[in-house]
Amino acid sequence: MTSIEEVRPYGDRLNDGAIQISFSLPIPLSAQSKEAAKQVAGKLGLEHLRLIYAQDLGNSFSFYIIYGRTSGSINLSSIHIPTVDIPQMDFWQINDLLAHELKKTVTVVGATMGADAHTVGLDAILSAKGFGGESGLERYPQFKIYNLGAQVPAEEVLREIIEQKADVALISQVVTQRQSHLQNLSYLEDLLEGEELRQDLILICGGPYIDTEVALEVGFDAGFGPGTTPSQVASFVVNELLRRRRA
Amino acid sequence: MKLAISSEQVQHCRAMALAIAHEVQMEISRMSTISVERSLLRLLGMEGATAGIPWVNVFLEQIQEHNVLEDGALYWLGNTLCATDLSISQIGQEVGEGRLDVVKTVRHPLKDIQASIAAVTMESLRRIFLLRAQRRQFRNGLPIHVSPLLYVIVASGNIHDDIAQAKAAAEQGADVIAVIRSTAQSLLDFVPEGVTTEGFGGTYATQANYRLMRAALDEVSRKTGRYIHQVNYCSGLCMAEIAALAILEGLDLMVNDALYGILFRDLNMVRTMIDQHFSRYLLGLFDLIIVTGEDNLIKTVDAFQEYYIVLTSQFINEQLAKQAGMEEKQIGLGHAAELDPSLPDSFLWELVQAQLVRQIFPHSPVKFMPPTRYISGNIFFAHVLDTLFNLVAIWTGQEIILLGMPTEGIHTPYVQDRYLSLESAMHLRSAACSLRKELNFRQNGKSKARAQGILDQTESTLSEIEQIGLWTALNRGMFSQIKRSRKGGRGYEGVFPISQFYLNPFLDQELVKRARKIAR
Ligand code: B12
Repeated sequence: MTSIEEVRPYGDRLNDGAIQISFSLPIPLSAQSKEAAKQVAGKLGLEHLRLIYAQDLGNSFSFYIIYGRTSGSINLSSIHIPTVDIPQMDFWQINDLLAHELKKTVTVVGATMGADAHTVGLDAILSAKGFGGESGLERYPQFKIYNLGAQVPAEEVLREIIEQKADVALISQVVTQRQSHLQNLSYLEDLLEGEELRQDLILICGGPYIDTEVALEVGFDAGFGPGTTPSQVASFVVNELLRRRRA
Repeated sequence: MKLAISSEQVQHCRAMALAIAHEVQMEISRMSTISVERSLLRLLGMEGATAGIPWVNVFLEQIQEHNVLEDGALYWLGNTLCATDLSISQIGQEVGEGRLDVVKTVRHPLKDIQASIAAVTMESLRRIFLLRAQRRQFRNGLPIHVSPLLYVIVASGNIHDDIAQAKAAAEQGADVIAVIRSTAQSLLDFVPEGVTTEGFGGTYATQANYRLMRAALDEVSRKTGRYIHQVNYCSGLCMAEIAALAILEGLDLMVNDALYGILFRDLNMVRTMIDQHFSRYLLGLFDLIIVTGEDNLIKTVDAFQEYYIVLTSQFINEQLAKQAGMEEKQIGLGHAAELDPSLPDSFLWELVQAQLVRQIFPHSPVKFMPPTRYISGNIFFAHVLDTLFNLVAIWTGQEIILLGMPTEGIHTPYVQDRYLSLESAMHLRSAACSLRKELNFRQNGKSKARAQGILDQTESTLSEIEQIGLWTALNRGMFSQIKRSRKGGRGYEGVFPISQFYLNPFLDQELVKRARKIAR
């Protein structure tokens, strides 16, 4: 039986610690380079190393596949993930709460910010068509959506938030090279702080490389990653409204 | 292998596409753009920038400020050549550094201006024809020639890393190297200058970067004995200008598609159609291959239901390119299937669609694009899908295969990703090379029905577009459900009607003929 205090990788026997890795080195393939590759794996803490494949990639590059074992183990009970723990609600429950309890129409401004041109993720959440078999927020009667599309400068997002008196901003970031997504998100957060709008706004980001941890780091309230469905986002919004009302 | 489709129906589609392209052409024929004008200055050798601003941009701003843009850049360049002792390069520098205002030079008679511009154009044409001939010779002289060409991308953001990876890829078997441009370069209304090391999701297209990559690829061509083709992208606000730089620096292929800019970058349609036309004229003249962007049309809509829009756009793109003087073998139409792998028979549909495009455009070196949108972070399954894609490509006899990467869902390729992809493609290039001669589709089976369905939808879509015109079709969201207006989008302010003084002798067929002869 696996003990949750001592979890190890599994290959074909409990606690064998089996791991496979592959990587390249910027040196040509040689007996020396193969040993170097094994030592790289050794420095990662792998033992019983087997270099099972090595290939020269040309122009002084080489590629390695290595199997090894780790004796390291993980205590599951020591792991705490900053999740946004909220009760999930469906379309009907969300509308019901907004219409009867909160008595509110939620105004949402959504955009993919900066130079990023990817819209599919944002549209999955916002547009009527929706995602994962669910309809998008445009279909929710208590939501009013302003989808600004892609390549929108932060200043324009800010302007729209002010103009529409938005309750929620949904920002998508897909391109992450050189941390451009973090820069963009922090910049918007700064702008909102500057205008003293941050407090009253529910600020949410999303994208394939976004999670709550990233979101909190850049001063957002929540972050949603791959596979997010519209109702998950709507649930967060409603719960946050309830929480803020109580506070 | 062959699909039984009616050649009359295909001809009808072509005829309608021609009418659509012709109408666009008529509307833009008396117009030019600031990007076209800058490309002319570049072709004549104006290269340089001051404080990051290219001289050609300052030149255009000058004539724009004096409200004489309609005369075109070459009229004012010609006048300056007549009025001063400066060379084109010196004029560029004087203008760029703010010491010379070309509109304030002493006015000379039109015929003197024409003569001076004709002379420098002749010299430029001759020089470029010669460069192209040398390049052709170099390619033909190399011992190994393979088909299909295997196309991979590099996108580190740093030209030096790009070069290191490009050379490795060539040694691993790649025949075509594309340097992806930095995110949103297509929205810049100038071409950055110099060698660059700081791009996002790609590396800036600059003349200096082109030159470095060209030298590296020629070097590795000699080493491997195979010609390594260089590709870059010119769609965007600087379409014509980047095409000119690619020609000057010896590139072989250019990704060139106005529709991509209109739909996915919100570029103004009139602007980018004019830029596209002139860029295609130049690329055709100097025998580069263009590759178009139809693969993008099904990245955001249902790729099974709306596949016909790919074929529709291919028909139109072919005619637009022909209007610009290109030959079919220079027009690499973009193709992709992007089918949801959970769809039953998705492999068969992919095969049928690939065969259809091969059959309808037999002379086009179709740019055959891999699956991307259903590629997740599961690099192992991605490799499975890519291998099936490679099989389809070889089976249907494609000529340029853009290889999918196992890490498509994660990042731009690492050095080992390209190796794994090339290994799979080279395996199929050998293992499946005779399939198409041995196997055929069943008559009146599912394949035939699918092909016919696509063709019927394409035919009716073309007929609708023929009636309303391409501009209105774009306005109604007929392409990928994205609506664009004729005067909306970026770059419209850079479009202008040309005056009676306007000159562009690069279009003068007599001059072109003479230059070509001398270069031989
Ligand atoms: C389609 C696509 C494109 C299309 C986009 C069309 C469009 N209108 O969106 C086009 C062709 C234009 C394109 C262009 C580029 N792309 Co692209 N593209 C893709 C592709 C194939 C699929 C992305 C997609 O649609 N996924 C489907 C959606 C549903 O998933 P999602 O975005 O993750 O969204 C979900 C969640 O993340 C979340 N979510 C997303 N946003 C938000 C927002 C909020 C508020 C919330 C709550 C949730 C949320 O909910 C969604 C539903 O669950 C990926 C590769 C891949 N397979 O992932 C590359 C990819 C994203 N592209 C990439 C790159 C680099 C580019 C370019 C920059 C390349 C270049 N240099 O030219 C260009 C330029 C675009 C630009 N200026 O930004 C890279 C990004 C690498 C990185 N990590 O930075 C990828 C990974 C490809 C690669 N391997 O290189 N691309």
